[in-house]
Amino acid sequence: MKKWFSSGNAYIWMVSGAVSISMIIVIGLLFLIAINGLGYFWPKDVWELNYQDRSGKTIKLIGELHNEERISAKRLQEAGIETPPGQNFVTRYLLKVGNREFGNDFRWIEQFNIENKEQGIKTPEKLLVVERLAWGNLYGNFVALKEKGKVVAKDEPGYIELLKKVSEVSEKRKEIEKISRKDVGEINSLIEQLRLDERKLELDKRKNETTMKPLLEKKKILEEQFKGLQKKLDELNAVIKIDSIDVQLADGKIVDVPLGNITKVYEPNSFTIFEKIIFYAHKFFGFLYEEPREANTEGGIFPAIFGTVVLVMIMSIIVTPFGIIAAIYLREYAKQGPFVRLLRIAINNLAGVPSVVYGVFGLGFFVYFLGGNIDRIFFPESLPHPTLGAPCLLWSAVTLALLTLPVVIVSTEEGLARVPITLREGSLALGATKFETLWRVILPLVSPAMITGLILAVARAAGEVAPLMLVGVVKLAPSLPLDGSFPFVHFDRKFMHMGFHIHDIGFQSPNVDATKPLVYATAFILVALIFLLNFAAITIRNHLREKYKALGSL
Amino acid sequence: MESSGNNFIFQKDDKKILKRRKWRSFLDKFAKQFIAVMGGSIILAILLIFFYLFGVVLPLFQGAKSNKEANYATISPKAGDTLYLDVEEQSEQAIRYTSNGYIIVFKTKSGSGVLEKKLPVPNGVAITSIGTSKHARGLVALGLSDGTALVVKHSFEVSYEARGDENKRVITPKIEMPFGDETIIVDENGKPIKALSVQAFESETILAGANEEGKIFLISLTRDESFLGGEGELKTDRYIVSGFKGKIAYLFIDDAIEHIFAINQDSEVFFYDIKNKEKPVLLGTNFLFSDGKLTSANLLLGGVSLIVGNDKGRISQWFYVKDENNKKELKLIRDFKQFTNSPIVKIASEKQRKGFIATDKEGNIGIYFSTSNRLLLNEKISESEVKHIAFAPHGDNIVAEDSKGQFHYYSIDNKYPEISWSSLWGKVWYEGYKKPEYLWQSSAATSDVEYKFSLIPLTFGTLKAAFYTMMFAIPLAIMGAIATGYFMRPELRQFVKPTIEIMEAMPTVILGFLAGLWLAPLFEKNIPGIFLIVILFFPTTMFVSYLWHFLPETFRRKLPEGTEPLLIIPPILLLIYVCMSISPQLDVMFFDGDTRIWMTKNLGIVFDQRNTVVVGIAMGIAVIPIIFSIAEDAVFAVPKHLSDGSLALGATPWQTLLRIVLPAASPGIFSALMIGLGRAVGETMIVLMATGNTPVMELNIFQGLRALSANIAVEMPEAVLGSTHYRILFLSALVLLTFTFILNTVAEYVRQNLRAKYGKL
Repeated sequence: MKKWFSSGNAYIWMVSGAVSISMIIVIGLLFLIAINGLGYFWPKDVWELNYQDRSGKTIKLIGELHNEERISAKRLQEAGIETPPGQNFVTRYLLKVGNREFGNDFRWIEQFNIENKEQGIKTPEKLLVVERLAWGNLYGNFVALKEKGKVVAKDEPGYIELLKKVSEVSEKRKEIEKISRKDVGEINSLIEQLRLDERKLELDKRKNETTMKPLLEKKKILEEQFKGLQKKLDELNAVIKIDSIDVQLADGKIVDVPLGNITKVYEPNSFTIFEKIIFYAHKFFGFLYEEPREANTEGGIFPAIFGTVVLVMIMSIIVTPFGIIAAIYLREYAKQGPFVRLLRIAINNLAGVPSVVYGVFGLGFFVYFLGGNIDRIFFPESLPHPTLGAPCLLWSAVTLALLTLPVVIVSTEEGLARVPITLREGSLALGATKFETLWRVILPLVSPAMITGLILAVARAAGEVAPLMLVGVVKLAPSLPLDGSFPFVHFDRKFMHMGFHIHDIGFQSPNVDATKPLVYATAFILVALIFLLNFAAITIRNHLREKYKALGSL
Repeated sequence: MESSGNNFIFQKDDKKILKRRKWRSFLDKFAKQFIAVMGGSIILAILLIFFYLFGVVLPLFQGAKSNKEANYATISPKAGDTLYLDVEEQSEQAIRYTSNGYIIVFKTKSGSGVLEKKLPVPNGVAITSIGTSKHARGLVALGLSDGTALVVKHSFEVSYEARGDENKRVITPKIEMPFGDETIIVDENGKPIKALSVQAFESETILAGANEEGKIFLISLTRDESFLGGEGELKTDRYIVSGFKGKIAYLFIDDAIEHIFAINQDSEVFFYDIKNKEKPVLLGTNFLFSDGKLTSANLLLGGVSLIVGNDKGRISQWFYVKDENNKKELKLIRDFKQFTNSPIVKIASEKQRKGFIATDKEGNIGIYFSTSNRLLLNEKISESEVKHIAFAPHGDNIVAEDSKGQFHYYSIDNKYPEISWSSLWGKVWYEGYKKPEYLWQSSAATSDVEYKFSLIPLTFGTLKAAFYTMMFAIPLAIMGAIATGYFMRPELRQFVKPTIEIMEAMPTVILGFLAGLWLAPLFEKNIPGIFLIVILFFPTTMFVSYLWHFLPETFRRKLPEGTEPLLIIPPILLLIYVCMSISPQLDVMFFDGDTRIWMTKNLGIVFDQRNTVVVGIAMGIAVIPIIFSIAEDAVFAVPKHLSDGSLALGATPWQTLLRIVLPAASPGIFSALMIGLGRAVGETMIVLMATGNTPVMELNIFQGLRALSANIAVEMPEAVLGSTHYRILFLSALVLLTFTFILNTVAEYVRQNLRAKYGKL
């Protein structure tokens, strides 16, 4: 024993334990996110059971199982729920019963209060799930398909007819969406532009009949167009309201759901494994390209993904030249001395400044100071409504560029350090100037390192939330920052962002049970994206090292 | 290197080549300059951030500035001396009540008259006192020599007149008599009213008057609400407040109509509770000054604090404090820095903030703010005594009258009085609190409440979170770095290092979300299990090592050295599994089924779901990769020949580590810790999401906190541009920046020295 102890092996095992637990944490977290995030899309069985509620009444419940836990009886008693005597632990389920218009859509039920306990849980094939635009999911039994209030089909044929109708209606809805978003939006922005033109004339003191005439004519035409679109919209809206279905809820009530409100209907209990996989894929991709609904608690995260991508793209364009030039200066031009030491300290400090401080700086300097002045000089006609003087895409990108600058510098510098001195000397010996050597010989060799730096910067920026909360991110943006209307990239718009989306739906939402799976799914996609970028960066870097090894041996 | 050095080869070349060479040389020089300027500007970036933040913060600590706008003699001297002076909202007009019973409204900029009105004071009766209401703006009561009072209410209506393109603002003064022209009897014996105070709340108006004998009367006037919308019946109730001694000097009713301050000419204050008007209770008496004589008094905005000044220029603030038995007692809260040594003549309070202005016999004024205990401005505005002074409601203008009848109109730039170094970092005694405290409360329901801007609770929160983070992260990261950098097999290291480092890329918002929505509930339900894991972790590794020691030599030889981390994973997983599954049983067996409630009941420990343990773990996970990565590099970079030498001389690997490797790597490890700490201090999303964000100052690890960074993220979007709050948030950003700046600079300095040292080895 003493020998064992004095050999110090015990300590070696101890430090090994530390590294093991770090690995377990890393891998465990990734699994946690992956399992919860990916599990969200899998169709769950819908249960039907009889449950004795707190007043002792037996009620029928239909819903999806969302969570299951074993809990000590004491905790339930503290919450005011009676537990069977002699039982220290009880099992309870979190059931998503949907039907939000009639009350809470999530419900904890204790196993001992279910009629016949586990045997009492049934999964009849015919249970219907209706995903709706408003009020969330509806669970129940399909009764009939109706047209203008009259029953046209029932039972199995009715259901088949329903599936057909639902896809028809969703086509129509897409059309409505397109008109109301794109066409109407375009007209609105043109009308707004006319208003600004008018205001500009007023500010320039040139407003009179002759200058106003073309504006008024244009406005008239636009208003005509607007009316036309409005009429078309009304027609389409009327069409999707014609059909509806009757669904019988768990408590026997029959509700009428207009097809215009339905996005999807399915009977998950009847799914075969193959159908489940198809459903899974459908839902997964739907999550990626759909808009969020109902205060972000339903639907997809497309605008958040899109906003994140546009943001990091603009940021890349800004950060790359600055970062690369700074690295070149440090490695190739600067004389190593106190100034370079100072520069390195500055860069390291830039890397260490808390991200929220960048946010504060961005808000004060970029948004209010620069943006405010730009507004006064270039956009006086739209004041007091700010153009660039409010948190927006441009300043978010600039702030993030400042934040990720050290990443690009460090990575590029590392690449420059790896270029063998022989190459430089060779180029100079052949009569090339220093700049030519840099431009023709060194930079091409370093380009993978620059890309690595850029990828790392993008990965960092994609996950950064705190500064964005101050300089331009919103929980729900009415329009995308990049679209088909002039000037295509809208620097002055606010945008959505995946990281902020996680914060928002996870912590600001009133219905945490409903949003938790969504948060996991969003988190999974964000992590996947960032890790993918990091792996890409690492791969490129390793590749680069191999290449230089070969060069060095020449 | 320069191409111009070998000109001779091309001597006969044509112009084209010469031109091209010129261009090349120009390009080269230009690139050099351009790159140098751009590269050097990185320093500018960090300087810009620092100085910009500093520039935003700076105005907080500058005093007020004044600018003389106008100076004129009084119009209508026949109206008599001024009793009371007030300025309207836009500070275009001022109003004064005079001793002969006139109300005179005049323009602040020129002194020219707008309105002159004689009040219905009965013939042969003189005005003996005046009382004004802080709460009901414009409500004034005049005490008369026949024991009655006259209530007046003045207001200013703003309307806009179209004049060409611009709208011109027109202000019209309006004088009302809420209770008609009839005087209200205060003293039924008809003795002159020597001090009077008026206050109104909803439909009730309260008058407190004192006669020369020191008898205090309380008159309650209520108008019944009439269904038909007409004037209801006026109900008058009269009560007597007893216990006052001496000659009355000042009388105030507070805004809540719950207390009366009556001050006699011997500087003694009598503090009454009048919640029950039929039975006013004398709560206590105090002498306001130990030396010197009271010369001026007034209530601050909100009516809670009494500001008093004496003949030696001393100014102090008093308000009531509840003791242990909930008994109210008037206390001296703070003395203000003196702006003069001559007697204080007048104290006037601001109408929207807790500031006030005082004047003295020499014509000096001092502008103060109570919460921050600051003297913001000290200036001589007149050669003679300043008898009356009034703030405009926004606190941006003052009108003063001196004893020679001269009026002075000043604009005041006093935007940020709420903050001082001592109120940011020291304890402040806020109105309504039992003792001085550190508090952060940046928003209030009404403007009557003091803003509480102490950065101490937030800094405390930041440091608390950082401390527990480091407690969790340091052992794991440093030990991990040692294991990976010194003991581990290279093949294994190639896999382990990047795996841990990739966590650095994990967005903190995800860690924060997991901490708040997954870890916090998990921890709450499994407190015993998680503590058991922490306690048993290192003993388990030791135990496994001991068992390993007893395995047959031949078996042990099969596994190469440096693979311990792989071997130990299954026992650790087993430990975690066992602890978590027996956790509910432990809960039931030892802690009555719910450890959380057991702790609160038996140990008195408050437990929040989102607590510091959760933050420590989550933020620990965020900083482990950073510390690990830098420390591992430092350990790994220790030259092999050093440790080989030690091993060859017979030292065990562990001895070599302690005596050779660690000392050599210690600067690198130190710098890793500094950078890790910097990260923990500035991290925002995790503290935002995993703590309750309550600014409490408790060392209890099971309670939440509010960190500087999270506070910025929460409050910045709501802060008004340029307000005190906005600038304080910038100040907290500056504090964070300075803190991380020091940590990072130290770390970088140590690292650069280390690099130089290894260069020599």
